[in-house]
Amino acid sequence: MGTEPKQTPGKPGGKRQFRIWRGDETGGDLQDYQVEVNEGEVVLDVIHRLQATDAPDLACRWNCKAGKCGSCSMEINGKPRLSCMTRMSTFDETETVTVTPLRTFPVIRDLVTDVSFNYEKARETPAFAPPADVAPGDYRMQQVDVERSQEFRKCIECFLCQNVCHVIRDHEENKPAFSGPRFFIRAAELDMHPLDARTDRKEYAQAEMGLGFCNITKCCTEVCPEHIKITDNGIIPMKERVVDRRYDPLVWLGSKIFRRGQVPQTSVTSGHSSGAVTGSPVHGGLHSHAGGSHDAQAERQAQQGVNWHREVPHPTAPAVDVNGKLPLTELTFDRAAAPSPFGDDVTFPLPPEHLNFAHPQQDEPKH
Amino acid sequence: MTETRIERHHYDVVVIGAGGAGLRAAIEARLAGKRTAIISKSLFGKAHTVMAEGGAAAAMGNVNARDNWQVHFRDTMRGGKFLNNFRMAELHAKEAPQRIWELETYGALFDRTKDGKISQRNFGGHEYPRLAHVGDRTGLELIRTLQQKIVSLQQEDKREHGDYEARIKVFAETTITELLLDGDRVAGAFGYYRESGEFVLFEAPAVVLATGGVGRSYKVTSNSWEYTGDGHALALRAGATLINMEFLQFHPTGMVWPPSVKGILVTESVRGDGGVLKNSEGKRFMFDYVPDVFRKQYADNEAEADRWYKDPDNNRRPPELLPRDEVARAINSEVKEGRGTPAGGVYLDIASRLPAEEIRRRLPSMYHQFKELADVDITKEPMEVGPTCHYVMGGVEVDPDSGAAYGTVRGLFAAGEVSGGMHGSNRLGGNSLSDLLVFGKRAGGHAASYADQLAARPKVAVAAVEAAVETALAPLQRDTGESPYTLQQDLQAVMGDLVGIIRREGELVDALARLAELRERVAKVSAAGGRRYNPGWHLALDLRNMLVVSECTAKAALERQESRGGHTREDHPGMDPKWRRVNLVCALDGDVVRLTQKPLPAMRPELISLFDRAELAKYLTDEELAEFDALAEEER
Repeated sequence: MGTEPKQTPGKPGGKRQFRIWRGDETGGDLQDYQVEVNEGEVVLDVIHRLQATDAPDLACRWNCKAGKCGSCSMEINGKPRLSCMTRMSTFDETETVTVTPLRTFPVIRDLVTDVSFNYEKARETPAFAPPADVAPGDYRMQQVDVERSQEFRKCIECFLCQNVCHVIRDHEENKPAFSGPRFFIRAAELDMHPLDARTDRKEYAQAEMGLGFCNITKCCTEVCPEHIKITDNGIIPMKERVVDRRYDPLVWLGSKIFRRGQVPQTSVTSGHSSGAVTGSPVHGGLHSHAGGSHDAQAERQAQQGVNWHREVPHPTAPAVDVNGKLPLTELTFDRAAAPSPFGDDVTFPLPPEHLNFAHPQQDEPKH
Repeated sequence: MTETRIERHHYDVVVIGAGGAGLRAAIEARLAGKRTAIISKSLFGKAHTVMAEGGAAAAMGNVNARDNWQVHFRDTMRGGKFLNNFRMAELHAKEAPQRIWELETYGALFDRTKDGKISQRNFGGHEYPRLAHVGDRTGLELIRTLQQKIVSLQQEDKREHGDYEARIKVFAETTITELLLDGDRVAGAFGYYRESGEFVLFEAPAVVLATGGVGRSYKVTSNSWEYTGDGHALALRAGATLINMEFLQFHPTGMVWPPSVKGILVTESVRGDGGVLKNSEGKRFMFDYVPDVFRKQYADNEAEADRWYKDPDNNRRPPELLPRDEVARAINSEVKEGRGTPAGGVYLDIASRLPAEEIRRRLPSMYHQFKELADVDITKEPMEVGPTCHYVMGGVEVDPDSGAAYGTVRGLFAAGEVSGGMHGSNRLGGNSLSDLLVFGKRAGGHAASYADQLAARPKVAVAAVEAAVETALAPLQRDTGESPYTLQQDLQAVMGDLVGIIRREGELVDALARLAELRERVAKVSAAGGRRYNPGWHLALDLRNMLVVSECTAKAALERQESRGGHTREDHPGMDPKWRRVNLVCALDGDVVRLTQKPLPAMRPELISLFDRAELAKYLTDEELAEFDALAEEER
């Protein structure tokens, strides 16, 4: 119940092993530190303790220490994180915690990197264009309409999404042509802004910001400390609308609910999609690996863990074009990202009941 | 020293600080056609403004049409216990709505009312729903909007001049250590790039200070590391004055442990929902601290106090719900008498009072905040809380209309938390964000016109630059002095323990003696390492600012023998109308802080008549009341 106030809150948890990258643009290496860690601390607290003790000149950015400013981004055990939001209790007591600077940006010193790339890209992204005929104070917008953009305005510019994005993470050569997830959602935010006067946000994103480089691996969404659905709510709708119709949440929602081909086609959607869907019903909705026989051997196999009789859903055919080929570019395709060669309704990992697999141990007689 | 490389820049207006006030000032200076530099101690867009959650107060009347600037003005004056500079409060109340609407033309997206206007929420001290907000991240919206407006101005400049930075440039991660003067006029600012440690000199006839507050001088604070009172100290050293430095806003229950959440405020509703305060002996101590005047309303035993939650009509309130300053005083004396927690707080226990399910239902954001940030489960263990430094009302004494600093210096302007007067002795929630916008714009605009009307540019003296270089490099060249981290801890301990939320004469005298000792030690601080991104060196340079500002606070707190707003003297518990007529003004005499008393400007008749006589009687002296009566007579 916790009725008794604890007499030793935050009791010293003893020394823990840290490895921190020290160095500058000329090079550096991981250095080992034994540092005291108390209960309830986060990685940034430990870095502060190191600064106050063994490493007074250890460079590290931070500000609010409450997950609101996005300054203390670094890679902790290889994962891009805010160090003020990474609790020590998430690590094993014997685990060595390795802290390195963001990999995508050039190191300045220790854990501080040169993130000016992001500020350059911010400057290249066209700003909000106020409506010409609406005076200050006369802006009228509905809450539902501003909420879409508000999600993206939660961004604290920690640049973890930029750091993790594989288009630039190890590809310096892509940087000039690619703005990165942070600025795709900036473009999306302005595109969805009810009163923004520019109408070419998505075309601009495609033509000038390198939106097409993104192949939706969703790493950016995964690391976002604000839990912004960067890919699902920002990038994908931008991509869809780039090749498709003007943004309409109902049409978009429809495309999520209906299978392709069943979507009421409004305007310019590509013609080859309907050709692909017809494939699936031809085979019947279901098929059986064993052809439906009920012989003794099948029964035996079933008891060994392989049920050759059960019926598994047949996947749809891959979405090929009129020439029977997978489309090569997303630009001409009716959906975002490359199509799955297994058909779009199959997700991996497959559910166990769709698998035919006998574990070797089950071949041996039981009991 | 002359061989040290110094990068030189020429600007018309230099804005020091890149929070809300700084960015708004820079926008205004650039719109006035001035070449403008923004100096940011952190990365662009990371300012402490992001921490503001509640909203920006502006009497737009979107939710309640009866709201107007007069009501807002009245609320602000009441909140500040009538010590506010009335003209600032007036300008603020009148101009806040335009400043908010303007943000929408920069792209801000506030939460909306049903008819599509900007939604406004209720907040303590505001008569009507008045705070424009975006969920609980209004500060972030504000900073991002201003940041993006600056980018859009740069895009305009790029189209026109082929260079983004033709007329407005952001110097990120740059700290100013010294203002340079030509006689009594500002001639420039000297500082260093944090990243490289290289020095940089800005030659400019007008400087706007927008550096925020001083919270880092306190052990427990909700402020970030940048809040080292740089602007306050720069102004003092340049010959400007500070007022109201004794007034700091403390919250009685901020977390003191674990370190990951230290300084984060624990909402008062935790106590309202049944949370109780216990000392290290497990005793619910608040019963010992009910002042006589409150005996009738507050229970003197646990049984009655506990019945109140269910049956408030037939029982007296639990003493945990006493006014803020009483709670703070009680916590303060428990800790000082050795019954505090190891981290210097007391326990706030809700875990043993309500079922876990109920706690999670009633305090969802508190529960999640502590769970996520510190892995503290408030349904299982008590919280460790104590007074937390939050905001400084005091700051640079300015001309209310232009934001120009008083004192002997010309060409220096201040806006936002670094300026003083607007909030009097206590700030209302929501008034800081609108303060930034209103006075940021004014300071930027007036800095621009000041630069315009100068016949000749002030010149930076070579000797002054050399002296600044020497001062900046000194901590790196010493290897015998103490570590800056130790000194900071000691300073924080002095301020936290002796010049904190509850003050006594003896402790303040003691604090001044210890600050004098610290001054000697800070003068000999040494920083290990080189110039490149060296946080130890940065802190060593910030320390001298923190120290001089702390001296101002301690001296003013000792001088003001009353309790008002953010200044509570245990030995002078009441509010004294005579002290309301006085601002305490700090100036630097050599390197000694000198304190003078200065009469508060008198409110104009049409403003003072917005108040009831009964209310004024609580604040004004008999003499002032007689004047008020004569005025009322005249009107009749």
